[in-house]
Amino acid sequence: MSENNAAVRLKGISKTFGHVAANSNVDLEIRHGEILSLLGENGSGKTTLMNMLAGIYYPDEGEIFIDGRPVQIRSPKDAFDNGIGMVHQHFKLIDVFTAAENIILGEEHTGMRINRKETVAKIREICDKYGFEIDFEKKVYDMNVSQKQTLEIVKILYRGANILILDEPTAVLTPQEAEKLFKVIKNMRDAGKAIVIITHKLQEVLSVSDRVAILRKGECVDSIATKDANEKILTEMMMGRKVDLNIERPDPVNPVKRLEIKNLSVRDREGNLALKDVSFVANGGEILGIAGISGCGQKELLEAVAGLAAVESGSIEYLPSGADAPTELVGRNPKQIRELGVVLSFVPEDRLGMGLVGSMGMSENMMLKSYENGNSIFLEQKAPRELAGNIKEELEVQTPDIATPVRKLSGGNVQKVLVGREIAAAPQVLMTAYAVRGLDINTSFTIYHLINEQKQKGVAVIFVGEDLDVLLALSDRILVMCEGRITGLLDARTCTKEQVGLLMTGGMEGGEQNGTN
Amino acid sequence: MGIIWNADSMLGWIVMAVNFGSVILYGAMGEILTEKAGHLNLGVPGIMLCGGISGFASTFLYEQSTENPSKFVMLLLGLVSSVVAATLAGLIYAFLTITLKANQNVTGITLTTFGAGLAKHFGSVISAKSGSTAIRSAVADDVFNAKIPFLSTDLGVVGKLLFNYGFLVYLAVILAVLLQLFFYRTHQGLNLRAIGENPGTADAMGINVTRYKYSAILAGSAISGIGGFLYLVINNVQWSTALDIEGMGWLAVALVIFATWKPVNAIWGGYLFGFLSKAGAYAPTFITGITISQNIWSMTPYIVTIVVLIAVSFRMKKESRPPAALGTAYFREDR
Repeated sequence: MSENNAAVRLKGISKTFGHVAANSNVDLEIRHGEILSLLGENGSGKTTLMNMLAGIYYPDEGEIFIDGRPVQIRSPKDAFDNGIGMVHQHFKLIDVFTAAENIILGEEHTGMRINRKETVAKIREICDKYGFEIDFEKKVYDMNVSQKQTLEIVKILYRGANILILDEPTAVLTPQEAEKLFKVIKNMRDAGKAIVIITHKLQEVLSVSDRVAILRKGECVDSIATKDANEKILTEMMMGRKVDLNIERPDPVNPVKRLEIKNLSVRDREGNLALKDVSFVANGGEILGIAGISGCGQKELLEAVAGLAAVESGSIEYLPSGADAPTELVGRNPKQIRELGVVLSFVPEDRLGMGLVGSMGMSENMMLKSYENGNSIFLEQKAPRELAGNIKEELEVQTPDIATPVRKLSGGNVQKVLVGREIAAAPQVLMTAYAVRGLDINTSFTIYHLINEQKQKGVAVIFVGEDLDVLLALSDRILVMCEGRITGLLDARTCTKEQVGLLMTGGMEGGEQNGTN
Repeated sequence: MGIIWNADSMLGWIVMAVNFGSVILYGAMGEILTEKAGHLNLGVPGIMLCGGISGFASTFLYEQSTENPSKFVMLLLGLVSSVVAATLAGLIYAFLTITLKANQNVTGITLTTFGAGLAKHFGSVISAKSGSTAIRSAVADDVFNAKIPFLSTDLGVVGKLLFNYGFLVYLAVILAVLLQLFFYRTHQGLNLRAIGENPGTADAMGINVTRYKYSAILAGSAISGIGGFLYLVINNVQWSTALDIEGMGWLAVALVIFATWKPVNAIWGGYLFGFLSKAGAYAPTFITGITISQNIWSMTPYIVTIVVLIAVSFRMKKESRPPAALGTAYFREDR
């Protein structure tokens, strides 16, 4: 280990929230001209550790050295002063501001007046140097995720950051966008910047970084050069034991038509056509994956089936097992649709936004779906309590008690509660969106396993996912959507990630641009 | 029923509209500044009452205690005391909602109740002391209602329409323009708006969120306080109707929404509100054959606000919406 190019050295860093130790006694070195991957499961303390460099949290114990000097980072301003900039997982941008306004926010300056010309020239210089493309006058609310992320990176470079921390940078990008991002990250590394990427995606670690540091349960277990690593070694270091990395994919069991969607068009809440003339079939005993960048209409599709979105035109025909004639779902309310056996478990970005009430415990959250059962004027409490207990046991939910508010559980556990409850409804059609959003490998596999179990029971599973690798490994067929239309229906066993990625951005198979659209 | 034209009455109505509109404008400017920092301060009526009573008490007591009150001291006393009292009231709100992270709505409403009680109490104490209910500071009236010579008298209707006000009315317009420039043309204004939209982002960009919030709320309260004092000024610095300031304060809160958080819009919006709030006194002189209740007329500013709210929500323009983080407390290490 060479000492001379160490940009940051962390020594014995500890941070505790309440009684939970997020980081304990972490030593870490970040070097100039190097891309470091910070790898670890959910809750292993990656983001907390980096937030202490960014000035969001202050460490309880330990020392931080920047270029050999001991420093105190008490606020984000201190972090900027020390050349540290962080791109947070949830973008920190002001929606109603333009790109340029977001970039100059909080800048130290001599005069009060904003000098537009000078600012724009300075931003343009940065963009040209590393190969970023930004429209300075574009409002953030008009940007897609990739543009927002570019803006975030330019923003911290503008503030003179030499040490860049990117938290889960590819979580919301298409493979093509991710490639583009990695290219600029490498440009920045070659310009001598120190770069940290927080991630739990192994392929990413291997393809982009120079060195990997692994965190486990808040402690830094080790760091190794990427060239000496492979997926197996990294997983073992991350989990502390051997794990099987292959997602199982049992063959479809006796696939029968369960849901037929014909020429469905749906408007979103702003009144724009979010789903345009969509038709497909979902079979029982099969997992139908849906791929698409956020905002492509998957959400509206699921909501329309669940009766939560108003259907403009088209039909949704539902054939429960044993029934002769299909039932039309359009026009029924969400409760009726649920009772027919079509359930939706949607994990929103903030996890608690839809489906669970944060201040309620597990059993009360179970009650949200069963409060109308029973004949008494009082709530039926026993069954939900039992269900909560079962879910806690079977899915290994880490909670002190089923009455503990779910808000206090970690993200992975919250998701187990949500998915567990929906599956307990013994559905015929299980729709799940982002079921493993932000979850670590271990918990993700628990969820995949649950979904596979349902498939083998003959349930028609519709799985909307962000991670294409998972989508390709888990689904039987993949439906690709772009801007409210279906751009392709692929066999998941034979298609490639690149094919799906191209269809997601509206390109046709083989890389040709679709000119008629 | 018929409508008749009455030029004199219209002129009087407009002058009243501008005077009362300026009171509302001060209140609204203070509230806009506060809301841009992400704080909904429903204590504006209370803060205006504090400014009003303090400005009145100091000028009145000074006039009573001195043989020859100096006009300059009077000017200073009126302004400084109303600003100081309002700022102190704002400090209560700021400390509770920023530092202690108390609920903003509850704190604001409480402050208004507090301000009304305070004004009532001191009003009656001063009345009792001077042995009269019609208490008034004549010198302050002279100072703050001094009109521009020649322009206000020798230009006919134009002079009466444009130059017939005390200096505080003109100051309000200047202040509104300066505030607009501050919000949209300066770094500090940009930073402040960022805090109101998303304090977490502002913080991550190295902006001192707490300092900005305190500054905005205290400055906003001071501006609102001048509005309270101006209400007394346009009523010839007599106490009798001062408790009506509270109603003006609520109009100011409504005006913020009407103006879609832009100070420049609040200028004409304020005059419109002033015009509508005086409709009860003037509109009947234009209408013959039917009597409409005063109370109906005084409802009009609120009805207009509701209509504007509906119109704005239909337009769905993101820039016309309230600051996104309005009403929420900020804590950096919140998980």
